[in-house]
Formats: sequence, C-alpha cells, structure tokens
Amino acid sequence: MNFDFSDDQKQLKDQARKFLAERSAMASVRAVLDRKGGAGASYDAKLWRQVAEMGWLGVAIPEEHGGAGLGRLELCVLAEEMGRALAAIPFASTVYFATEALLIAGSEAQKQKWLPKIVAGEAIGCFALSEGPGAPAASALRTTFDGLSISGDKIPVTDGDIADFAIVCAKEGGGVSLAIADLKGVARTELKTLDPTRGHAKLSFDKTKAERLGAAGQGWELTERIYDRAAVLLAFEQVGGAQACLDMAVDYAKNRFAFSRPIGSFQAIKHKLADMYVALEVARSNAYYGAWALSTEAAELPLAAAAARVAGCAAYHLASKENIQAHGGMGFTWEIDAHLFYRRAKLLAVQAGAPDTWKEKLVRRLELKNAA
Amino acid sequence: MDFNDTAEEAKFRAEARAFLEANCAPKSGARMQAESSEGAFMQRAKAYQKKKAEAGFAGLTWAKEHGGRGLAPIFSVIFGQEESKFDAPGAPFAIGLGMCIPTLIAFAADDQKKRYVGPALRGEEIWCQLFSEPAAGSDVAGLKTKAVRDGADWIVNGQKVWTSGAHYSDFGILLVRTNPDAEKHKGLTMFFLDMKSPGVEVRPIHQMSGGSNFNEVYFTDVRIPDAQRLGEPGQGWSVALVTLMNERLAVGGSPGPDYAEIMELARRMPGASGKGALLQDQAFRRQLADWYVSAEGYKLGRFRTMTALSKGQAPGPEASIGKILNANRLQDITNAAIEAEDHFGIICDDANAPMEGIFQQSYMWAPGLRIAGGTDEILKNIIAERVLGLPQDARADKGVAFKDLPAGR
Repeated sequence: MNFDFSDDQKQLKDQARKFLAERSAMASVRAVLDRKGGAGASYDAKLWRQVAEMGWLGVAIPEEHGGAGLGRLELCVLAEEMGRALAAIPFASTVYFATEALLIAGSEAQKQKWLPKIVAGEAIGCFALSEGPGAPAASALRTTFDGLSISGDKIPVTDGDIADFAIVCAKEGGGVSLAIADLKGVARTELKTLDPTRGHAKLSFDKTKAERLGAAGQGWELTERIYDRAAVLLAFEQVGGAQACLDMAVDYAKNRFAFSRPIGSFQAIKHKLADMYVALEVARSNAYYGAWALSTEAAELPLAAAAARVAGCAAYHLASKENIQAHGGMGFTWEIDAHLFYRRAKLLAVQAGAPDTWKEKLVRRLELKNAA
Repeated sequence: MDFNDTAEEAKFRAEARAFLEANCAPKSGARMQAESSEGAFMQRAKAYQKKKAEAGFAGLTWAKEHGGRGLAPIFSVIFGQEESKFDAPGAPFAIGLGMCIPTLIAFAADDQKKRYVGPALRGEEIWCQLFSEPAAGSDVAGLKTKAVRDGADWIVNGQKVWTSGAHYSDFGILLVRTNPDAEKHKGLTMFFLDMKSPGVEVRPIHQMSGGSNFNEVYFTDVRIPDAQRLGEPGQGWSVALVTLMNERLAVGGSPGPDYAEIMELARRMPGASGKGALLQDQAFRRQLADWYVSAEGYKLGRFRTMTALSKGQAPGPEASIGKILNANRLQDITNAAIEAEDHFGIICDDANAPMEGIFQQSYMWAPGLRIAGGTDEILKNIIAERVLGLPQDARADKGVAFKDLPAGR
C-alpha cells in the first residue's frame, strides 16, 4: 500500500508553495482583483511568465511536445498549491482544460501547433461550453460548428478575455463536436463575476475559423472526459484553498481574544474548525484517489473524479464560509483575505459544472459500476 | 501511488487468508454482528482465539518475548482487513488484547506478565477495562471509585459503568482514586484485579436498543493486593493514557448498513413521487452521492493511515475522524431508509421489515456509536487541540484538590 505522493512529488510541492508564497503573495492577487494594471489586466502576467520558466505549464505534456513529461501526480501537487495561493493566472483553463483536451483528442498537427506554445507560456487556452443558466446539455447547445467555422455565443468562459485559443463544444449536424479556434478577431465582452481574480468573458463567434478536435459527433463524450480530468485537478485546487482557509481560521482563533481568552479555546469555535478539518480530510482522500485514477488512466476515473469533485466543492464551501465566520466582523471586511477564498470557492464549484450535476454523475456511474 | 501490498505484505496477507479460510465461515450479509455472551458463542470464540494464537496471528505487533511476532502495525491492519471478511468471533478479546494486556506489558512485574499475557493471547482468559463511571464519562479523570491502603492490600469501593464484557471477563484493569486531596489527574492509581474477587458485582445495562452489551460493575470492600498495582500511586492517569493510546490502533470496520445497502433498498422500493423506484428520485440520489463520498473518504483515509504505518510512522489522533464520519453516516442512512419505507418503516421484525430490518436495528444502535469510545464532541475537541493546536478550554479543575471540585449530578 502506497497511497501517498512520492518524496520527489512532495519536494515539488514544497518548492511550489515557497515560490508562490513569494511571487503570488496576496498583494499580487489583489492587484488583479482591483485591476491595478488597467481594465483588461485580469491576470498576473509576470507570474505567468515565471510559471512557464519553471516548466510547470508543461509538467504533464510529453517531452516530444516540449513538456517535462512528468505526470498527472506532479500536476496535482502543483494544483493544490495554485489553489492555496489563489494564483491569479489562467492555469486551470490552459492546463487542466485546454491541454488535457489536446492531449486526449488532438491530432498530431494540433498538438504540435499548440502544446509547445502552451509550455512556453505563449498560448493561453480556455474551454467554452456554457451558453446560459442551468446545467449544459448536449441537446440544448445553440452554438454551431460546420466543420470549418463556429457561430454562436459562449458565456461565461473563464479566462476567455485573455485566451489565445478556445476549445469550443458546439452542435455539428445532429450531434456535438469539439472545435479549436484561434481567438484573434473574436468579439469578447469582459464579464463582471463573483471572482474577479480570474477573468471571464462572453465569446461571440461569428463564422470564426475553427478546426475539429477529435472525431465528429464525439464532442459531448469528449467534454465529459475532459471535465473528469479537470475535476480531479480542480479538486486539488479546492483542497489547497480549503486548507488555506482552515490555516487562516486556526491562526486567528489562537490569537484573537474575547472574554479574556483566545476564541479558539471555546468549543463553539473548536468544533467548527474540527468540522472543517473533517470535511477537508474527506476531500483530500477522495482527491488522492482521483489523482491515482487520473495518473494511471484507470477505469475507475469517472467515479473517482465525481467523488473528488463533490467532496472538494463541499469542503471548500464549508471552509471558506466558516473562515469568515471565525473572523467575526473583520472577516466581512474587504481588507481581510477571507472573501478572496469565498469568491474562489464559488468559482471552482461551478467552473466545471455544479456539485448537484456531479452528484448525479456520481450516482449514475455508481449504478454502472454495480451493473458491471 | 499504488494500492498493492509489498511482497512481504502480500505473503502475509495470503497466509492470513489461508488461516481464516480454514477456520472461519465467510461473513453472511450486511447484518450487524451484535456482540453476544451466550455460552455457545463464547466457546466458539475461545476456540477461534486459541487457533489464532497457535497459528501466530494473535499479538502480531507484540515483542516475541511476550508471545507476539514483533511485526510492524501494518500487519495488524492487514490481518484485520482479512478477518473482517469472515465471521470471525474475535470481539470478546479486542479490549483485553488491544488495551489491557499492552498496559500490563508496560507496567506489570515480569512474573505477572509471564502469568497473564499467554492465557490472554490464547483466549483462555478474558480482560475488561474499568474506567468510566456514572459521573465520569467524557471527563474520565473525574472518577470517584476510591481505593484506600490497608496493609499489603488496597480496599476498593465505588461503581464503574459501560464496561464491555465485564460479565464474561476473568480479569480487569481498574482506575481508581487513591488521593482525593491531590488535583484531579494526580490522585489516580491503576490496578488489575480478578473479576471473581469478593465484593465485585456485575449488572448488565439494558440499552435503548434492547440489548445488553455493557455492564455496571459495583465494588464493595474489594481487596486488591498492592502487588497488582500498575505504576506508582498517583500515576494512574499516565498509565491510563498508555491504555487509551493503544485504542487508536484498533481496527474500525464498517459499523452497519452503508451506501451500498441503502442503494439496494432504493432499487427495490418506490419513491415519494410515485414514479419509479426511489433510486430514481433526485433528492435521494444527491444524498446517496454524499454518503458515498463520506464512506470513500473514510476508506481512503485508512489507506493513507496504512501508508503511514507501512513507512513505520505512528497513527495520530486524526484517526478520530473515522468514527465521527461513520457513526453520523450510519444514523443518517438508517433514518433515511426508515422514512423512505414510509408506513412500513416502523416495522423491525426480520420477517416483514425490508432487508431483515438492518436499518431499523442499526437506527437504534447508531446513537450509542456516536457516544462510545469518545463522543463526537470529545473527538472534535481532540482534533481541535491535538491536530489543529488550539488552546484548551478554560478549566475549573486546575490547581484544586479533587475533593473540593464542584460536582453536579
């Protein structure tokens, strides 16, 4: 039994934590939050370059495409640290969604065109599925792909405001296909969202030139597979974020005095923090299993990914809201970082489909497993 | 990451399986195995334990000089995993071998270890643990049963409660107050005693679930030789901590029906909408997903603990989360099953209740599980203080002689 990360992977994690603590300190996250660099400055461009220089954008990309050729476990430890630091960069969009899409569905030419650029930090990717409120469904898609171009609106697209290319899920004839489009010339409207530390846009495609990604008619199935992979990686961001909330709340509870005692000596606070810890451990264990399934391409991946996502969403939601509560009035101020986690927790909870959607996927997959 | 045993672990697991297949029947169904003290069961249990000891599967982690095999804790876990798949009657020995004898090994004289360890290991003698009292549950150090020195003996008076297996135990380890003038934790002393000593009276507790798995034990002028003292007078709390630390290593399996059982129920039963099976009901499916995630979180968390054990690390207080998760999930699942059965949910006889009434039976057991071995609240305090490092609550019992402490009911 070895259900843990290796020493090398843990070392990478420590390295990432130190690097991000220094380079993606809350001041830089807040610079993006407040759009200090101007209206369109929705990411930390300097950090993005440095992350590329560290080789992290290509951790799971094979060497023949310019990557480090390590694996998904390495990517998982980086994801946890990105989540802890609230890194204001399009890491999830580019690495978990666009890169995974290219790796599982891209042609050799598509991989050669985009992957080296991703590794170098020269191409930001995004994934465009949603078109309106409610869970996306294959039958409800209105965006169309005719084999050569895409037309229709996608809203919201995380990092769509800054991305160089998008993977788009669109109707093609009677089915659904994925297409990859260069976003130069595509109309983008930046959106106001709950989490301004990540940019969001409405992308309006109008006969935008695009190439099919994967086989025609396979788009919905591929989207599910890409979302499973992203769900595991996002679960690690959720674990990192929830851990940061718990650490913050514990530190505050030890040092804040009320009634002449540290508030952490009151059981009402202790039990709240213990509940956060229990939820976090459940999320961590499920995320680890997802990591194993993802890294070994195991048949268990769909069920493991759903469990990792459901547990990750629940833990981060609980940790981010109760961290504010533990901080009392201070927790409700703009200057305390608690709201940044509360915002990110909600983004991560809906970015790859909401928890209830995943609970349904989980049970369906459990039924399939039982039927097998 | 991989879920495979090392070569050494795999070899051991195969040996364990071979032993179990030769000596036990496979577990039948998900029905909770209630601890029983009936004569036939005890006979079967003792015979099983004897074979287990002879085959070298008892006391796996104990030193060889005490009849153990000197193996790392991971092997204990592996044996426990395999044993849980069989109808193996090991329960009556769990407390003795898991807690009492390790305390004896740490604190008793050599001739005493020689006398007691072997028979306990072979199931010939059964031990119980006498700590909790009517006024000392979560705050066990607040116990009042007192022992007064009288020549070469101590004379014990008082009452213990929630003693598992006291009615079939031969010996017990007993924590008592020997100095009421000292602070609460400093006036305690640990002994072991023969449960057949004059003045010891065992009375079964009638649980809310209907059964009687625990006892009250009354002590009236019970004489215990000073030679049966474990540790110095006044050091009983440190000795008790050794006992309780061993509790964490105990293997905790699934306590009753889980997500798989309620899923099975939901497949065969109509849902509230009147359209199809309960399993197709959206609200039910969401709950089911939550239960699955909790059950997996527990199972996978144990894999992480096993990994730490494999590397020779000690299990920490984080093991506390397992019982919080399992006990609460059991109560939620059994409640949901009963309500889903609608009018029928109230029936708990094997013949009429769906799935032989496992949900009804466990519903009545679940409240006890949330209390036994540390309440949810105490376990959360442990997580908060020992894992998260939060300060202790304000205490009214520091720097005050035990006899001067306020006491309610």
